[in-house]
Amino acid sequence: MTKAELIEKVTEKMNSLTLKQTEVVVNLIFDSVKDALAKGEKVEIRGFGSFRIRNRGSREGRNPKTGTSVSVPPKKVPFFKTGKELREIVDS
Amino acid sequence: MTKADIVAQIYEKIGLSKKEASDILEIVLGTIKGTLKEAEIVKIAGFGNFLVRKKGARKGRNPKSGEEIEITPRKVVTFKPSIVFKGLVNR
Repeated sequence: MTKAELIEKVTEKMNSLTLKQTEVVVNLIFDSVKDALAKGEKVEIRGFGSFRIRNRGSREGRNPKTGTSVSVPPKKVPFFKTGKELREIVDS
Repeated sequence: MTKADIVAQIYEKIGLSKKEASDILEIVLGTIKGTLKEAEIVKIAGFGNFLVRKKGARKGRNPKSGEEIEITPRKVVTFKPSIVFKGLVNR
């Protein structure tokens, strides 16, 4: 399912909003999660899961072309932990 | 941030009623859950992909007793953030 398909399905179920209105809301939902993590906040969505930042330390990498070793700087990555309800739905 | 904060943002920025904002959020989450239940991938451009992976059986250990136990095969949800999302948290 793509975002466009998600928007179509949500519009059908909501039936008080147009496709365009739903699109704006769906974009806002995902943007608000991104913004919160960009600010270093955690997002907890009951029954679904939580998003937070995980820190990856620096490591030694290798230039695949030349084989010389280079140091890869530490970085942050968005991390999703599946909530209990979703975990159970998927594994049933 | 929780669901209530997301509902408040929909209400403030778009002007839907709190009831409508809450309804649409639940429908979005429910639709994603329903899709993952069918083990179908959910691709949200600019955000990331949610996909279901099958994990085989493996041996684990009870960290308290040290006793070895069999971990049963299972299906798990994984999230792969988009390049945009990864870039956003590293600025």
